[in-house]
Amino acid sequence: MSSTQLVVVGGGPGGYAAAFYAADLGMQVTLIDMEANPGGVCLFRGCIPSKALLHVAKVASEAKHASAWGLTYTEPKIDLGKLRSFKDSVVAKLTGGLGQISKMRKVTFIQGKASFVDAKTLSIAPAGGGAAQSLTFEHAIIATGSYPTRIPGLSIESPRVMDSTGALDLPDIPKSLLVVGGGYIGLELGSVYAALGTKVTVVEMTDGLLPGADRDLVTFLARRLETVMHKILLKTRVVGMEEAKDGIRVLMEAEGLTDENKAQVFDRVLVSIGRKPNSAVPGLDKTAVKVGDRGFITVDLAMRTAEPNIFAIGDVVGEPMLAHKASHEARVAVEAIQGHKVAFEPQAIPAVVFTDPEVAWCGLTETEAKKQGLAVEIAKFPWAALGRALAIDRPDGMTKLVIDSATQRVLGVGVVGAGAGELIAEGALAIEMGALASDLKLTIHPHPTMSETLMEAAEVFFGHSTHVYRPKKK
Amino acid sequence: MTEVKLPELGENIEKGDVVRVLVNVGDAIKADQPIVELETDKATIEVPSAVGGVVAELKVKVGDKIKVGQVLLVLRDGPPRAAESKEATGSTGTTGTAVPAVATAPAPKPAAVVDIATARPAAAARAEAAAIAPAPGAPVPASPTVRRYARELGVNIGDVPGSGPAGRISQDDVTAFVKKAMTGGGRGAGAVRQAPLPDFSKFGATEVRPMSNIRRKTAEHLTAAWQAPHVTQHDKADVTAVEDFRKAHAAQMEKTGVKLTVTAIVIKILSLGIAKYPQFASSVDMANESIVFKKYCHIGVAVDTPMGLLVPVIRDVDKKTITEIAAELATLSQKARDKKLSIDDMSGGVFSVTNLGGIGGTSFTPIVNQPEVAILGLSRTAIEPVWVDGQFVPRPMLPLSLSYDHRVIDGADAARFLRFVAGALEQPMSVYL
Repeated sequence: MSSTQLVVVGGGPGGYAAAFYAADLGMQVTLIDMEANPGGVCLFRGCIPSKALLHVAKVASEAKHASAWGLTYTEPKIDLGKLRSFKDSVVAKLTGGLGQISKMRKVTFIQGKASFVDAKTLSIAPAGGGAAQSLTFEHAIIATGSYPTRIPGLSIESPRVMDSTGALDLPDIPKSLLVVGGGYIGLELGSVYAALGTKVTVVEMTDGLLPGADRDLVTFLARRLETVMHKILLKTRVVGMEEAKDGIRVLMEAEGLTDENKAQVFDRVLVSIGRKPNSAVPGLDKTAVKVGDRGFITVDLAMRTAEPNIFAIGDVVGEPMLAHKASHEARVAVEAIQGHKVAFEPQAIPAVVFTDPEVAWCGLTETEAKKQGLAVEIAKFPWAALGRALAIDRPDGMTKLVIDSATQRVLGVGVVGAGAGELIAEGALAIEMGALASDLKLTIHPHPTMSETLMEAAEVFFGHSTHVYRPKKK
Repeated sequence: MTEVKLPELGENIEKGDVVRVLVNVGDAIKADQPIVELETDKATIEVPSAVGGVVAELKVKVGDKIKVGQVLLVLRDGPPRAAESKEATGSTGTTGTAVPAVATAPAPKPAAVVDIATARPAAAARAEAAAIAPAPGAPVPASPTVRRYARELGVNIGDVPGSGPAGRISQDDVTAFVKKAMTGGGRGAGAVRQAPLPDFSKFGATEVRPMSNIRRKTAEHLTAAWQAPHVTQHDKADVTAVEDFRKAHAAQMEKTGVKLTVTAIVIKILSLGIAKYPQFASSVDMANESIVFKKYCHIGVAVDTPMGLLVPVIRDVDKKTITEIAAELATLSQKARDKKLSIDDMSGGVFSVTNLGGIGGTSFTPIVNQPEVAILGLSRTAIEPVWVDGQFVPRPMLPLSLSYDHRVIDGADAARFLRFVAGALEQPMSVYL
């Protein structure tokens, strides 16, 4: 029986960040994952491969649009095999690199499936088969992540019905694709397929895309998606799915939906209605670790479970299920194990939807502020007034600030537009540092860049933006 | 099994943060025994259990945000079960097989299994959570580095006054806060710091009792209140007229069931005094270099209860008759002694009165109930010789002691204010002059 100071179960961006940090702090660390290398869903089946494909989609759409600038390309020829191998090479490079880094850090990486024997012992079944090995540990961090939710009672077993993992495999370029769920995963992957030439229909149960994001931001995206996607059906539910001769027959239900739309056949269906925590770790019931109502492992602010030597981080402990939240929690957990008094207490967790245009926000949203009845003022700067946005022919964007009326402190930032995901980091820093609107205003931003919109939005708040004439109401 | 829920706490209070759990699984508790300490927007209060029993399960832990109606704990009948809790605790650190073994052992009733399963993590989580409770309320304007620094030092970042724009807290602010707390100049993490005590056992037997929460709050509050520069002004009022008036109306008042007290009369006079000298109902805001004047007149009255000092507040005394004030004072005092005061009953005062006359004494120096700026103390009325028209006559004299915050109240004004109160007692018509 071998032993370790710290075992990390799950090698995603939470798990490997925890393992590496703990190793850097001098701990003896074992990292367990089913894959050959660390990386998790993010690197193997999520953030990274989807970004590779979205980059290609963007090039395709820009090339198409370039005729407006007097630069006409012919229709692209798509070599799906090559595209797939580009994406796979990105994943292989990154995950292989992580494997190397774990070796350099002397982290023991075990490819296998872990189950708890008790609060001090794991049993690990090697992925390649063979006898399970037992590992005793002083501390454990559970970072088992999440999996795509299926539609209860509706999902059918068919290669044509995919989840995000299946869609990223790029089996073919279907003629038609139904994306079930208008959240960020569905819209990102739907955009990829649309750029490759698929007629994409998006069906969303609620009355808008990207539930949770401020509507004024989403409007910019919705407007563009209407031209890119075949159809976007809101307030519509999928009520049935069946295998047909030439595809999947999908039954939909909505007020005022025409008969032809009620039952349609799609080449493929992508189900992207959310993700669920992987909290069903075998043997967890042999420890005091508690799992809450929605399947999330219950932890305190230091990421400690009800079992004092076991911690949990990432998707398995709660929303938002984002890689950067997981890796931040990883550092909190490791420092808590090291005996520091630490807590996971961010004031802003940025969220980015990598569609075109991108939508990004952090801190307090306008919607949430209204719901809570908080006294805030909103300052918006339209990208149509920004030199750089016009220069790249992308005036379809907006930067907004949610500002505390009493203190003029920046409580939330929202951005929609090309490259919004890069801009939101400044918003997160502003919020974490307790910046006032005047701090953003008084910080010199480089011209001509999109980052100027943050400064100009702050100027709008004071009623004297250089490029927008909108005097402050007295 | 009985569920104990969070009762109504008072107007506009629907939720709070659990800052302490005062009972453990297996404890036998009585009705009205405090079970959790709750921090609400207005104050920290102890929540009593409505019924007695043995704690079978705790449903809340330190740091939880709980709402009115939420289950706090589950009680069962029967004797306390200390032995079982100990057994469960004992399984910590041994191999995990011990836990299922205990859980599957023949149990007298299903509840016992629940107890054992929850006892250990609950205790562990409680100790841990105390160190990492979230800072309640709006996001605090401090950078992540500063927040982490505060946490390492055990400081609630929300307690630190920020010196930057819009109250932004710097690392230096946290350091200064801790220094101040360490030197006893302020409240550090809720505790009053002081030099270590000598070993009293060298001199004789001692007994150590934990402070009740009311005692601790009183200690903290008065230590903070003491920081304001105090002056006490003494005077005496000839209350012959008041006593005559009380005697004359005693029979009439008896019918209404209300006892006309000197305190009630003084409270009414104070409302008139405050109308004339509004700085006596103000508060000092040094952070904003301003003084807050209150346009309402709620007066707090110190009540001696078996649990300690409580200060219920009588609202809008300027709009009430002396009879109404006397009746309300009687009701609130009874509520205080019955431990039934709500937070609302104890908040909003602009000025306080404390009457030790029932016990005795000739004068004392009350401490201003910050953020109020003045307090009037009454001692025992005594018959004294007073020089009237060329001779000494016996007169009932009421000693008055007015402590005030010298930052906003000048000595001459304090003397004038107190003379106004004394004058109104001596010649009630004087207030209409």
